[in-house]
Amino acid sequence: MSSTHYNPKRQPRLPLPSWLKGTLVTLASISVTMLGLLFVTFFIGRVMPIEPVLAVVGERATQEQYHAAYLELGLDKPLIVQFSYYVWDVLHGDFGMSLLTARPVSDDIGRVFPATMELATIGITIGIVLGVPLGVIAAVRRGSWIDQIARVVALVGYSMPIFWLGLMGLLLFYGVLGWVGGPGRQGIFYEDMIPSVTGMILVDSALARDWGAFRDAFSHIILPASLLGYYSLAYISRMTRSFMLEQLSAEYVTTARVKGMSEWAVVWRHAFRNIRVQLITVIALSYANLLEGSVLTEIIFSWPGIGNYLTTALLSADMNAVLGATVVVGLIFICLNIFSDLLYKIFDPRSK
Amino acid sequence: MSTLLDVDNLWVKFPTRNGIFDAVRGVSFSLGRERLGIVGESGSGKSLTGRAILRLIRNPGIVEAGHISLHGENLLDKSEKDMRAIRGEKISMVMQDPKFSLNPVMTVGDQIIEAYRLHAKASKSEAYKKSVEMLEAVAIRDPKRVMKAYPHEMSGGMGQRIMIAMMLIPNPEILIADEPTSALDVSVQGQVLSIMDKLVKDRGMGLLFISHDLNLVSQFCDRVLIMYSGRIVEVCDADKLHEAQHPYTKGLLGSLPKFDEPSDRLQVLTRDPAWRDAPSVEGRA
Repeated sequence: MSSTHYNPKRQPRLPLPSWLKGTLVTLASISVTMLGLLFVTFFIGRVMPIEPVLAVVGERATQEQYHAAYLELGLDKPLIVQFSYYVWDVLHGDFGMSLLTARPVSDDIGRVFPATMELATIGITIGIVLGVPLGVIAAVRRGSWIDQIARVVALVGYSMPIFWLGLMGLLLFYGVLGWVGGPGRQGIFYEDMIPSVTGMILVDSALARDWGAFRDAFSHIILPASLLGYYSLAYISRMTRSFMLEQLSAEYVTTARVKGMSEWAVVWRHAFRNIRVQLITVIALSYANLLEGSVLTEIIFSWPGIGNYLTTALLSADMNAVLGATVVVGLIFICLNIFSDLLYKIFDPRSK
Repeated sequence: MSTLLDVDNLWVKFPTRNGIFDAVRGVSFSLGRERLGIVGESGSGKSLTGRAILRLIRNPGIVEAGHISLHGENLLDKSEKDMRAIRGEKISMVMQDPKFSLNPVMTVGDQIIEAYRLHAKASKSEAYKKSVEMLEAVAIRDPKRVMKAYPHEMSGGMGQRIMIAMMLIPNPEILIADEPTSALDVSVQGQVLSIMDKLVKDRGMGLLFISHDLNLVSQFCDRVLIMYSGRIVEVCDADKLHEAQHPYTKGLLGSLPKFDEPSDRLQVLTRDPAWRDAPSVEGRA
C-alpha cells in the first residue's frame, strides 16, 4: 500500500449529547446492580428452610388446597421462570403479602420507611453539623486539649453500647427530667390526628400547620436522633480529623500561608475543600447505615421503623416482608452511591 | 548596595526522642537587591533557612536567631498577624513542585486573584484584570483560558510560571525560590528561570535562590553561599565559583562531569568530619 496516512478503526458512535449518555450509563448501572440484588434476595428466599406453601395455607390445609396454592405461587415452574415473575412483580411494586400484618409488604414499607428516614435524617444532620467541625478543629489543634477531648468523645461514641445509652437517656431525660417525650413517635393525644402525606410526622405536621403536633413529634424524635447523631458524629469526626491532617501537611497549604492568609482561611478555604470528596463517602455510608434501620435504637424507643419491621419479620419467618425490606435497603444504598458519585463530580475538578 | 534582609546567627532546632536536632546552626547572611544563591546537598538546611525567614517552621520546630531583619525591623518580634501582612506582600516564596504547591480544587484564576486581594484593596474585576496581565508577564498564552483552568490541566512548566505570577502579583521585595526548577524538565528550566530573572530584575527585588545545582546557581546568581550540615562553609561570587577554596565546594565541582575536560573517572566526594564543626562563614556582602 502506498497510502500511509493514519486510518483509525472507526468506532460506532451514537449521536447523543454527553449528558444524556451519562444518564443512560448511570441508569444502566443502576439496573444491573438492582438485578443482581433481586437475584441474590430471590435465591436467599428459595434456599431458606421455610415451606412457602405451608406458610400461606397453614398446617391444616387439605391436599387440594395445598396443591392449588402450590400452582398459584408458580412453584411448579423452573426457578428461572419464577425469578422472572418475581422481577416483574417487584418492578410493579408488588412484594407480596406480609403474613404478619396481612397487608401488602409495599404498604408496610411505605409506612415504616418514612419513620426510619425521619430519624436517620435528623441523626445524620446532628452527626455532620457537630462531627465535621470537631474533626477539623482536632486536626488543626493536633495534640492540644481540644484534640484530646474530641478523641474521648469519639471513643465513647464508638464503644458505648447504644442500647445502654438509649435506656440511660430515657431514664434521665424522660423519666427524671421530663424534657423529652417517651418511646414511640407521638404522644397518645396526637396519634392519627395528622393527615399522612409523606409519612414523616415532622413534615406532615408542619404541612398541616399543627405546631402542637410538631412539638410533640419533635420531643419524641430528639432523643433517639441525638443518639444516632452521636454515634455517627464519633465516626465522622475521626475520619474528618485524619483527612484534614493529611491535607494540612500538603504543600499547597504552605503556599496559602506564604500568600499571607489567616489560619482560618487556610484551613477552610484551602484544606477543607480538598477533603470534601472523601467526607461525602464517609457521610453517605453513615447515612446509609442509619437508613437501613438501627434495630437496637428502634426497639428501645418503640420506633416503628424499617429495622424494627425487618427484625420482627425475620423472627416470624415472614419471607415476603424480609425480602421486600432487603430490596428497599439495597435500593437505598444504590441511590446514595449514585448521589455521592454526582457530588464527587461537582467537588473534584479532576474527576470530570 | 542597600540591605533588604539581614539574618544573624539563625538556628533551626527540632526536638526528637534523642535530644534536640540542630538542622540549621548559626547562619548569618544579608540579602540586597541581588540574586543570592544558597547551594547545598539534601539536609544541609537550605530550605529550612528559607522557611525560617518567613517564619513558616511549624511546631515542634524552633527558630532562634540574633535577628532576622527586614529593613531593620526584626521579624522575630512580630506578632503572627503582622507576619501575615509581610508574607506575600514583602517576602514571597516559590516552591519546588507546582503539582503539589497549587491547590488542586481551585481554579488558577481564583488562586491568583486571592493572592492579589489579600494585600491590595481591589475589586474582583480589577483583580481579574491584574491577574490576566500577570499571567501574560510570565508568558502564558491565552491567559483567560488558563484563569478558568485547574492546576492538573497545566504542564509543570506552566504550573511553575503560574506559581511565579501568583507570588509576584502583590509586588513583594524579596522572593525566596526554593528549588524552583528541580521538578521541571531541563527543556523548560531555562525558560522559567529567565522569566523569573527578568521579573525580579525589572522590579528591583532581592532573590534568594535555593538549589542543589551548582552549575545553575553559578550561571544564574550574583553571589553564592555554600551550605553544609546546617552551616555556611563558603561564600563566593558566582563567577568565581571555580576558584572556590573549601574542599567541600571543590569536591562538589569535581564530581560533576565536564564537557571541555572529559575524564575517565569522576571524583568521589569524601566528607571530612571536621567540616561539620568548623565555624559558619558569614554570608554578608
